[in-house]
Amino acid sequence: MKKDIVLAGVGGQGVLSISALIGLAAMKSGLCLKQAEVHGMSQRGGEVHSHLRIADAPIASDLIPEGKADLILSVEPMEGLRYLPMLSEKGWLVTNTQPFINISNYPDLDLILQEISRIPHHVAFNADEMAKETGSVRTMNTVMLGASIPFLNIPFEKFEDAITVFFESKGSEIIRMNLAALNKGRDFALKGLG
Amino acid sequence: MEQLVLLGDEAIAQAAIDAGVTGIYAYPGTPSTEITEYAERSGEAREGKIKACWCANEKTAMEAALGVSYAGRRGMVSMKHVGLNVAADPFINSAITGANGGLLVVSADDPSMHSSQNEQDSRYYGKFAMIPILEPGNQQEAYDMVHEGFALSERLHVPVLLRITTRLAHSRAVVKRHPAVTGQNPLQLPENPMQYILLPLSARKRYRELLGKQERIMREAEGSPYNRWIEGKDRSLGIIAAGIAYNYLMEHYEDRKCPYPVVKIGHYPMPRKLMEDLCVSCEQILVLEDGYPFIEELLRGYLDKGTKIRGRLDGSLPRDGELNPGVIARALGLPAHSGIPVPDMVVSRPPSLCKGCPHIYSYNALNEAMTSYTGGRVLSDIGCYSLGALSPYKAINTLVDMGSSITMAKGAADAGLIPAVAVIGDSTFIHSGITGLIDAVDHHAPVTVVILDNQTTAMTGGQPSPASSRIEQIVEGIGVEKEHIRVISPIPRKHEENVTIFSEELAYNGVSVIIPRRECIQTASRKLKQAKNQTGSGEEGT
Repeated sequence: MKKDIVLAGVGGQGVLSISALIGLAAMKSGLCLKQAEVHGMSQRGGEVHSHLRIADAPIASDLIPEGKADLILSVEPMEGLRYLPMLSEKGWLVTNTQPFINISNYPDLDLILQEISRIPHHVAFNADEMAKETGSVRTMNTVMLGASIPFLNIPFEKFEDAITVFFESKGSEIIRMNLAALNKGRDFALKGLG
Repeated sequence: MEQLVLLGDEAIAQAAIDAGVTGIYAYPGTPSTEITEYAERSGEAREGKIKACWCANEKTAMEAALGVSYAGRRGMVSMKHVGLNVAADPFINSAITGANGGLLVVSADDPSMHSSQNEQDSRYYGKFAMIPILEPGNQQEAYDMVHEGFALSERLHVPVLLRITTRLAHSRAVVKRHPAVTGQNPLQLPENPMQYILLPLSARKRYRELLGKQERIMREAEGSPYNRWIEGKDRSLGIIAAGIAYNYLMEHYEDRKCPYPVVKIGHYPMPRKLMEDLCVSCEQILVLEDGYPFIEELLRGYLDKGTKIRGRLDGSLPRDGELNPGVIARALGLPAHSGIPVPDMVVSRPPSLCKGCPHIYSYNALNEAMTSYTGGRVLSDIGCYSLGALSPYKAINTLVDMGSSITMAKGAADAGLIPAVAVIGDSTFIHSGITGLIDAVDHHAPVTVVILDNQTTAMTGGQPSPASSRIEQIVEGIGVEKEHIRVISPIPRKHEENVTIFSEELAYNGVSVIIPRRECIQTASRKLKQAKNQTGSGEEGT
């Protein structure tokens, strides 16, 4: 088993937390992982991405080779498109459709959504809206994490465990909300896959 | 043995702790910051068993580590690559004094300039100082090499340079810890009381000793487990892969078996015997190394008449930027894959000042005050406020190195650009702005110095800034006239008042200092969140 995931978003959106949670779930499943992150200047509202590689055998490169990613998981619609050259022929784009607009020349959202709809394998939905249904828009990242689960070959319980550990210090209510978000995201993606 | 998932940076910190380090010193700088952050959070540091300290700059940090080594114990200093320029004086001279306790200097290079102003290669500094250099290829090696680095430093009595790059610094993987060592070295001063006295008389002796050690330093590298020959049958090509480049190479061979012989380099000076064997037995050599063509240049030599060498200098690989599996595939003639091209509509999203950042209001006021003058007068510095160079502010005209704002403004004023303005942050002011301000005051230069006091080292994630809230005392002590030290509040409501203050000081024909003071929005909201969590009313997503 080998899964190469590009996580995409805008600095401050929490891409690194998603990466950490998948990493935690992979660890708990006894898998090898490498997770290349972006720290520093671009965390100030710039484009950020993370390369996450999980496998049942040792992994060589910290970076995913171009055209080899199994999944682009993006918390922002334009940011997902930025890494399309990384995606393999059979790869999936799973993206939030809620734009994060902090630049004056942000393109027309309809054009972005059209472009996404042309990607052969994609799941696109408004994860911010779905997060609100759990009680807080701030669980958006967990919704997106949930949506990635059908593509990852890691048992669902491992993600539940990861959430519980990750939010332990924040209290049971936060854990409950994030577990709800995880379920919602997963269910939506499963439905999308038919 | 315990296994941890660690960033390369964190692996280095954990290893230093496990290897019985006494002091870890640093000035924050991407991609090295997480080393000291991790050490600071450790139980060992919190219990006071080790010192893990942020310092005023890389030079003071390097000297503190040198002091630990002088006292016979293990010291580590970490910095980003350009920080080694600041620490270069003690760094080079520490090779002359030699090490008493193990001394490890960690320099994190940033090829592709993810968060830096150049992509200089620290290996040249190691060669310049004539000391061993270790370059890990993965997180486990980063961990192991810290142990080896301290031991090597104590065997050879020289400092050791550990060179990493951004990709390893900021990538996580599983690391196996070594069994804990038997505590720290005892306090023990050098046997030779003249060892650290670099008067010419003794420095000449010390230098000759360093020269005399070179053969042993080479022998250590030749016998190092980090320099390995990996057999391959096809001798039409031989590959030298340094540090993390080895991983990018092996990515292309699923069974991890490259058809060509490979020499993996992790310990410099480059092992002469392995290099010679490879050059003699292969038709061509391909050099894979992140950063400058350091190995490649040495192998080619000035006349470049030996074995055909391929690498960054002949275009086989790009001359600049970080390596990746793709560029190495092309150099090997392997098929490179690419997915769907980036749609034209995708625009770049540069970093920007945070919503509510105090710098926004400082720049708004400064820009308005500057409309009375021709452009090009604002000399700035390194920090979050560097983003003031971009739209919509376009407020600053230079950004070169830490501390260069005040000194360049003085030079520009000397050249006739009056008034000249310097914009510098509180942490950068402490790092290397103070000495420049002394020059300006000494010569009564007509410069307006704006010290943006957001009470933290913001760009690297909010490390403490030693100057916070006492900058006016410092500048007054330096000799800036009290009536020309103006503390202002960078908030929208005070805009008009702030513009007036800027205008008044710009008109003054001498040194004035304006201190816009308000806490960084990131650290302020983090504190608020923490307070909320403590009262149990926090609401938190990922």
